[in-house]
Amino acid sequence: MNVGTFEAFTLVVRRELCLSFRRPDQLLQPLVFFLIVTTLFPLGLSLQLSLLRDMAPGVLWVAALLSSLLSLDALFKSDADDGTLEQLALSGQGLTLIVVAKTFAHWLVTGVALVLVSPVVATALGIPGSAFATMMLSLGLGTLTLSWLGAIGAGLTVGLRRGNVLLSLIVLPLAMPLLIFGAGATDRALSGVSPLGALYFLAALCVFTCTLAPFAATAALRISLE
Amino acid sequence: MWTWFYKLASPPYVYGAAAALAPWFLGLAVLTIGYGLVAGLVFAPPDYQQGDAFRIIYVHAPSAWMSLFSYTSMAIAGAIALIWRIKMGHAVAAASAPIGASFTLLALVTGSLWGRPMWGTYWAWDPRLTSELILLFLYVGVMSLRPAFEDPARGDRAAALLGIVGAVNVPIIHYSVQWWNSLHQGATVAKLGKPSMPGSMLLPLLSMLVGFMLFYGAVLCMRVQGEVLNRERQAKWVREAIKS
Repeated sequence: MNVGTFEAFTLVVRRELCLSFRRPDQLLQPLVFFLIVTTLFPLGLSLQLSLLRDMAPGVLWVAALLSSLLSLDALFKSDADDGTLEQLALSGQGLTLIVVAKTFAHWLVTGVALVLVSPVVATALGIPGSAFATMMLSLGLGTLTLSWLGAIGAGLTVGLRRGNVLLSLIVLPLAMPLLIFGAGATDRALSGVSPLGALYFLAALCVFTCTLAPFAATAALRISLE
Repeated sequence: MWTWFYKLASPPYVYGAAAALAPWFLGLAVLTIGYGLVAGLVFAPPDYQQGDAFRIIYVHAPSAWMSLFSYTSMAIAGAIALIWRIKMGHAVAAASAPIGASFTLLALVTGSLWGRPMWGTYWAWDPRLTSELILLFLYVGVMSLRPAFEDPARGDRAAALLGIVGAVNVPIIHYSVQWWNSLHQGATVAKLGKPSMPGSMLLPLLSMLVGFMLFYGAVLCMRVQGEVLNRERQAKWVREAIKS
């Protein structure tokens, strides 16, 4: 059967979404983790909402990065373990297409969910509603970029038995620009300065990784699959 | 024309070349670093603002420069190994990573020691120090990925790929850290901008730079010899080379 490129893409995305929604606990866990980490900061720092608000963008972003990392480990793992990934690689569609589809689906279920939950956490940290749009936009762009960086890391560590810590070790340094611009944009929106500069930077990083990272992730996966 | 390039694929040739080059690099490094140290620490005039404390620049600046240089050469060696399937490239990359990480650590330590008299604190979130720290993390990532694989060939290629990805990211990280700093700190602590230096200060610094590069070359040659011997330990020529 001949399947077109776009059709193959949607098929893989649908399969991934279907698999994720059959395991709702795995969908919820990163979100709960996100909530717990953001709860830790007020407990550890101070209850004063004014102090908390100054730190809120950073806290929110660090928690978002960590919780996205948590789910990245599973990006290729189960498919690599049961051989599905090899079958997909042999399907005649380019492996890059499969990687793009899987990463995109992963972002849909983790990144977008995080963006949707973020206003709740933001309110608890004292971020006013006027900064929500910037915060959600920056989180959306940031988690998409992180999914791409993470796809490279997940591809490299998929064959390893204890790859989880290594994955964080590899991906976190690469993700630091995201934290700087993402928290920076939210910070600026909080203090009433135009956040556009930081958002443009974030968008540029997103486009840059979206174009280059799929090839790096494919190469990484090839190294692990052979 | 390209025969010299193909020769690099042969382990005995690389081993021999590294063994032949190492003493030259080492000798020249001793000369240039010796001159740089004496001229920089003894004969160069003290800085009109920083007094004698500025003299740490003769170690700090070359090691910061070498930390980037070794990362780049590691990534290029890895890329050559990936593209042309020259295994010796992996040996060079594996040999280069710990040297570069040591230079990075040296730059960080000397930087914070310099920060103590100048800024009044060992650590300031200065953009250069911060991006140097992230560079150290990148080195650690590459160095821990390679041995994580049971199949060494696979670990080599994974580390090479990560090195290339990191090399693409280094300028992005550098500039975003600078942007972050301009956002968070209004008045910057004592800018370490390059002041115009008189020749008596600059010449020892340049000599130290060249000396550090030669030293890197010497250590790289020695480490490459070790890597090649370890990787080719089943080969006949290695047994003969060890015996003789």
